[in-house]
Amino acid sequence: MSPLNDHPRGDRVIISVLGKDRVGIIAAVAGVLSAANVNILDISQTILQEYFAMILVADMGNSNADLESLKEKLSVLGTELGLRIDAQHVDVFNYMHRL
Amino acid sequence: MLSMQEILETIKMVQEENLDIRTITMGISLRDCGHLETKMACRRIYEKITRLAGGLVEAGEKISRQYGIPIVNKRISVTPISLVAECSSTENYLPFAHALEEAARATGVNFIGGFSALVQKGYTEGDRRLIASIPESLAAAERVCASVNVATTKAGINMDAVLQMGHVIKETARLTAARQGGGCARLVVFANAPEDNPFMAGAFHGTGEPECAINVGVSGPGVVKNVVERLGRVDLGTLAEEIKKTAFKITRMGELVGRTAAKMLQVPFGIVDISLAPTPAVGDSVAEILEAMGLERCGTHGTTAALALLNDAVKKGGSMASSHVGGLSGAFIPVSEDAGMIRAVEEGALSLDKLEAMTCVCSVGLDMVAVPGDTPVETIAAIIADQAAIGVINQKTTAVRIIPAYGKKVGDFVEFGGLLGRAPVIAVNSFSAAEFVRRGGRIPAPLNSLTN
Repeated sequence: MSPLNDHPRGDRVIISVLGKDRVGIIAAVAGVLSAANVNILDISQTILQEYFAMILVADMGNSNADLESLKEKLSVLGTELGLRIDAQHVDVFNYMHRL
Repeated sequence: MLSMQEILETIKMVQEENLDIRTITMGISLRDCGHLETKMACRRIYEKITRLAGGLVEAGEKISRQYGIPIVNKRISVTPISLVAECSSTENYLPFAHALEEAARATGVNFIGGFSALVQKGYTEGDRRLIASIPESLAAAERVCASVNVATTKAGINMDAVLQMGHVIKETARLTAARQGGGCARLVVFANAPEDNPFMAGAFHGTGEPECAINVGVSGPGVVKNVVERLGRVDLGTLAEEIKKTAFKITRMGELVGRTAAKMLQVPFGIVDISLAPTPAVGDSVAEILEAMGLERCGTHGTTAALALLNDAVKKGGSMASSHVGGLSGAFIPVSEDAGMIRAVEEGALSLDKLEAMTCVCSVGLDMVAVPGDTPVETIAAIIADQAAIGVINQKTTAVRIIPAYGKKVGDFVEFGGLLGRAPVIAVNSFSAAEFVRRGGRIPAPLNSLTN
């Protein structure tokens, strides 16, 4: 079951990290991704007032985890760091903003 | 490449503005399930529904997790039961309601629609039996939704059916009085009912539909409201333009979810219904969008114009976003399910008459409106007739979902809970329409039905 894989870039996910800035956010998120063998393709970050917003584009093509378990791991990390971390399939964003 | 702003916009819609997919509804044809023996027919119905929709709830939850967008309801619509049950040798269609209820429980859906009949031009035996079985069936089967189409632009208005539905609504309210008349929340009287509507309580799988199809209903009043608020004092053309763009984005999510679900379940993708459907959650209200446009309260003068702008902009944006738009596709104004509507009624800003006017320019009609328990049958019938007339003349769908609140008077509340919310009892006109509605017969189809 994975209609996502029908897409040529079917394994791309967008990971969003939102919350109060602190030391070690990137390292911690990258740690989880690396452990799951998820390749980071692009990172973009910005500080909106005192809030930290980071967007990572990653490739799950060779990952040993599926999207659901990755989301779960990131969510646990988010709770630890007091951040909101989510991973969504890139289709969601492409569908919404591109025809 | 997506920009940071675009990505953040999507995330914000889901995390803060209640963007969700309101329903994935699987439409299932039961036309091959009829049988002389009622028991056999019911077994066929149960087996077919559970076979086709067995994986529906799981698929919905899986998509929801993968895409990170909540899918609030997973539901089923079926062929109008009057057509399926007609060849069975039974007067009472309660067993069919039980079969649907059991199938709904087995598949895990919260509602199943299609305990329905289409009688705009007259009754068949099956229609007559089905309608007579509605009160008892809605009282006995909690997940079953019933609907009756009493009028179309092509056929006119069946006033015998209109009056009968007045009786059926009152009787359903009486039988479910202990549940605040909740049976009536699952009973819709239609004019020009769509055959592919994914939204309850009026969903059924029409005779022109395929064997099985996935239809999706989107939502998103919270997202639109925030856009309107963010824009501030712009002129109405600019406002309409921004609402249109937002509706496009919301609908794209429906299209994505619908297509994915259809693929997963290996059934054809039907339509996206681009209705703005409110929930009782604060901030997820159609009334609050109208108020954000500059009305002190929903229901005041200007409400119909504001709603017309909103409804049209949503359609324009939504229709560009989906390859197949259908169902009801317009803003919903269910009183009990919309915190802003409830407040407007409580504060005296919104009356039944204004609601009726609003139904001329948006989707559906008088929806989830509670009226005093002692409202005469004929008055309810006359309310239905007015709505049907609006639908028939304007070639649009209208519907009445009205709850006579037993033992309650104007200003009291009825509590349904969950997505159905709570409704303030609203005043009806105290003058009688009895002689008019008791005339019976059929109001002829209007001149504008002659389009060929």
